[in-house]
Amino acid sequence: MYEVIITRPRSLAEAIEALGDDNATPLAGGQTLIPTMKQRLAAPEVLVSLAGIEELSGVTIGDGEITIGAATTHADVAREVAGACPALAALAGGIGDPAVRNRGTIGGSLANNDPAADYPAAVLACDATIITNDREIRSDEFFDGMFGTALFEGEIITGVRFPIPERAAYAKFDQPASRFALTGVFVAAGGGVVRVAVTGAGEDGVFRWDAAEQALAKDFSPSAIEGLSPDPSGMIGDLHGTPEYRAHLVGVMTKRAVEAALG
Amino acid sequence: MPADGGIGASTRRREDVRFLTGQGNYTDDINIHNQAHVFFLRSDMAHGKINGIDTAAAEKMPGVIRIFTSKDFEGVGGIPCGWQVTDRFGEPMQEPKHPVLAEGFVRHVGEPIAAVVAETLQQARDAAEAIELDIEELPPVVDMAAALEEGAPKVHEDLKSNLCFDWGFVEENREAVDEAIRNAPHVTTLELRNQRLVANPMEPRVAIGVYDRAGDEHTLYTTSQNPHVIRLLMGAFVLGIPEHKLRVVSPDVGGGFGTKIFHYQEEAFCTFAAKAVNRPVKWRSSRSEAFMSDAQGRDHVTKIELALDEEGKFLAIRTNTLANMGAYLSTFAPSVPTWLHGTLMAGNYTTPLIYVNVKAVFTNTVPVDAYRGAGRPEATFQLERVIDKAARELGIDPIEIRRRNFITEFPYETPVALTYDTGNYHATMDKLEELADLKGFEARAAESKKRGKLRGLGVNCYIEACGIAPSNLVGQLGARAGLYESATVRVNATGSITVMTGSHSHGQGHETAFPQVIADMIGIDPEQVEIVHGDTAKGPMGMGTYGSRSLAVGGSAMVRAAEKVINKARKIAAHLMEASEADIELKDGQFTVKGTDKSVAWGDVTLAAYVPHNYPLEDLEPGLEETAFYDPSNFTYPAGAYACEVEVDPETGKVDVCSFHAVDDFGNIVNPMIVDGQVHGGLGQGIGQALLENCVYDDDGQLLSASYMDYAMPRADDLPFYTVDHSCQTPCTHNPLGVKGCGEAGAIGSPPTIVNAVVDALQRAGHDVTHIDMPLTPARVWAAMQG
Ligand SMILES: Cc1cc2nc3c(=O)[nH]c(=O)nc-3n(C[C@H](O)[C@H](O)[C@H](O)COP(=O)(O)OP(=O)(O)OC[C@H]3O[C@@H](n4cnc5c(N)ncnc54)[C@H](O)[C@@H]3O)c2cc1C
Repeated sequence: MYEVIITRPRSLAEAIEALGDDNATPLAGGQTLIPTMKQRLAAPEVLVSLAGIEELSGVTIGDGEITIGAATTHADVAREVAGACPALAALAGGIGDPAVRNRGTIGGSLANNDPAADYPAAVLACDATIITNDREIRSDEFFDGMFGTALFEGEIITGVRFPIPERAAYAKFDQPASRFALTGVFVAAGGGVVRVAVTGAGEDGVFRWDAAEQALAKDFSPSAIEGLSPDPSGMIGDLHGTPEYRAHLVGVMTKRAVEAALG
Repeated sequence: MPADGGIGASTRRREDVRFLTGQGNYTDDINIHNQAHVFFLRSDMAHGKINGIDTAAAEKMPGVIRIFTSKDFEGVGGIPCGWQVTDRFGEPMQEPKHPVLAEGFVRHVGEPIAAVVAETLQQARDAAEAIELDIEELPPVVDMAAALEEGAPKVHEDLKSNLCFDWGFVEENREAVDEAIRNAPHVTTLELRNQRLVANPMEPRVAIGVYDRAGDEHTLYTTSQNPHVIRLLMGAFVLGIPEHKLRVVSPDVGGGFGTKIFHYQEEAFCTFAAKAVNRPVKWRSSRSEAFMSDAQGRDHVTKIELALDEEGKFLAIRTNTLANMGAYLSTFAPSVPTWLHGTLMAGNYTTPLIYVNVKAVFTNTVPVDAYRGAGRPEATFQLERVIDKAARELGIDPIEIRRRNFITEFPYETPVALTYDTGNYHATMDKLEELADLKGFEARAAESKKRGKLRGLGVNCYIEACGIAPSNLVGQLGARAGLYESATVRVNATGSITVMTGSHSHGQGHETAFPQVIADMIGIDPEQVEIVHGDTAKGPMGMGTYGSRSLAVGGSAMVRAAEKVINKARKIAAHLMEASEADIELKDGQFTVKGTDKSVAWGDVTLAAYVPHNYPLEDLEPGLEETAFYDPSNFTYPAGAYACEVEVDPETGKVDVCSFHAVDDFGNIVNPMIVDGQVHGGLGQGIGQALLENCVYDDDGQLLSASYMDYAMPRADDLPFYTVDHSCQTPCTHNPLGVKGCGEAGAIGSPPTIVNAVVDALQRAGHDVTHIDMPLTPARVWAAMQG
């Protein structure tokens, strides 16, 4: 790690001001940023910690909606949404290990948009809205390729609003080493619409699988997508799986998510 | 279990109190006043020619004390190789220099090029970034077969080729084996890779060099399994420091698994630099550095052929292996694919003809050396896999085919130079069949099927050779070291005992088990015995811990020294009781005179030795301290039979290990609980190799699995509950304890069990799969099912 200055603003306004500095970077749980800094792959001069800002943290469960503050940890989400949206709770509770879940945050995960991260699949499948310090961004507009998002320099996520789906489930197949998603599929159904979001598999990060959505909209059952899998071109190939394997897993995990969503 | 805590008691490990409460004293816990820190600038290129290293700007950076490059090491030796292999044609292996800092060329990612010594690690690292390297990239060789091709780029420009040696064993058998295979009714062939592994001990390596000007004395604190060997190798071959001016200390060490046997550049560097800058110099490896600087394990590519008659009787074995040495020869690298591998190819079986060929190859990768089992897992894997395949081809039950070929008479001389002293392979297999409830398998398979899972059963045997010896023989085989062990038993005046042993303990529990032996011999409380190890200033020259040799060799040395102590104590007791020495008996800490009620306590005798008022001074020196060096007359041969059941998810290829049964014959057992733990650990590592771990380089020699993000270590939930049994005991016939060694068995025996079980599951489900290379990742198993 290089030398770095950490500031700990007490309010969102203070944080935004501190982030006005071109060399400043927000620090949430640090579970991605700190390891990168230790390897000297990132070298921010100033870190603006979001951890102590009360208005960024916590879960509000309202009428058909869940709003989660950006600095809410995975462990808190897992606990607090267990009743309102078990699929989301299970997803949050399956991220990393206890240390990671008690530090890492939903805002950090979404801003980072790791192609194998879990939250992006939930956000995209549930058609959640990303709330930033000056606008709201629909999920379909938010993710922009591996590690890319619609956020501007200096813009921060303050919260995420999830419509509570009628039926939903997340099926994750672990990458054996990191236990990030080798392929993870979040299926959400509500109001006659089915959305299927896939993480871990696509070369451009999280994506919606249209063919499965259409098939499931007609018939929300595992048999509707039996044997279906996306085209392997555009899938990630690495040490842990070929594009063909990932494409196959997308089909299997989608089927398992549908089974789970049906209870 | 004996209540006195002697041999056979599952005494809890006394060292765990300090390990589990954070009171351990690891090398990194040691900080010497005024110490400086070193950061190594390592190559990010697999192969390149160094045209220039400009340190001018870096030297001006804050806190920098001095920057070293290979220029500073002119006249300093290379890191020596401790074993010379002679090839099939009688020529010695090719042995390139292994410099402390890269000399002229870089040959693997992670090779140290320059070393910055600074006030803080942070400053050293900052300055390293300011060093300007002018390195011309050269084409690397990564694949072994490609490295041996005509015209392949050479890892070492000054060597003839990338072939380190071409070893044949037993060369005289070659033609007879070829002939037997040509004429055999059935030949089963298997091509496989025993993948490269990273040892990953929990504690990364650390070295601290200290120099005392007044006495011209060097001290090296290092995370080593064998401090005396480091002192010899580094002192005599690299830095030219005589032993009496060099002390090597290895305090608590957080796991070694082989990779901390070897002498490393960083140790030599810190020792050298401490004198050069006249400050203590400390280095601590980061986990990332460990991935590219700790010697790695395995990495063999093998073709094995097994010739059988119609009844499944083994007629001959021919095996050809390419063994990756990496870019340089690590300390014991050449011995691993040869003497620790070829000699094991008979396994538990009576195969009359065996020929082993090994070509050791240089590549632009991190050096490879011994890792838990070292050569024996590679031998066991290919042998037990090819037997499994043969059984399936011939339609013979895998257990039955093994039983038909078991060695049953001992001592047994194998066609590959070993003499097994004892064993009972049918007994371990009987025990296994009973414990693993093999008859119940079909019912369990049916139950798995209901849940959509494919169940498979894997069974195999293993044999290993531990406590490698005797020294005069291994000397002929190319070892440049002796393989005895030493112990000093120092009895204190009040009767407590301090044992200085050359066996280093870094997780094995010696501090608990060794006292149990002494306590048993004398009949005192084990708490009265303390073990001292890991410091060349404290004990006699010892050879360290590896190859499951500690109790068999180190324990035997301790027994020999204790016997000398007891003999002398008996003389003192005879004097005190005015009896004849021949009539003195020692039991429960009391010396008695046979046929009388006279007795004198151990503590009174030991006190007399140090306060010799009533003492036979004309015949006997005062004091009670003895040293013994024990050089074994043979290896020991633990053996066992393993079974496991797996479930394969046909949709994803994921393998779950449902059960694992390990039946081992370790001879006599001193502490059954510690033995269980050693087996558990070995099984964990073996299952890790079978299912998860894989060290992978790309074609450019870049390490792809360079962190835990991509290198999969086994976690608790990857592993089943084990059933471990060591009730079948054929004591070793040639060491005083009758013990064989248990440290590596689990890692040797388990990889084929898992692969056999997965192949079984797939075949039962109708897939035409005869082999899958490790690790059996979900992706590989799924691909195999696709045909
Ligand atoms: C061992 C381990 C295992 C893991 N396993 C998983 C897993 O299984 N699945 C998974 O999804 N993730 C996993 N992670 C990642 C983890 O979930 C991280 O917590 C997460 O990716 C980043 O969140 P953070 O709060 O730690 O963000 P930080 O590391 O603090 O920040 C990440 C990035 O986001 C930026 N940022 C943070 N907050 C905001 C904000 N509010 N607005 C704008 N930008 C912001 C930062 O500047 C930085 O660039 C794992 C991490 C570790 C260390």
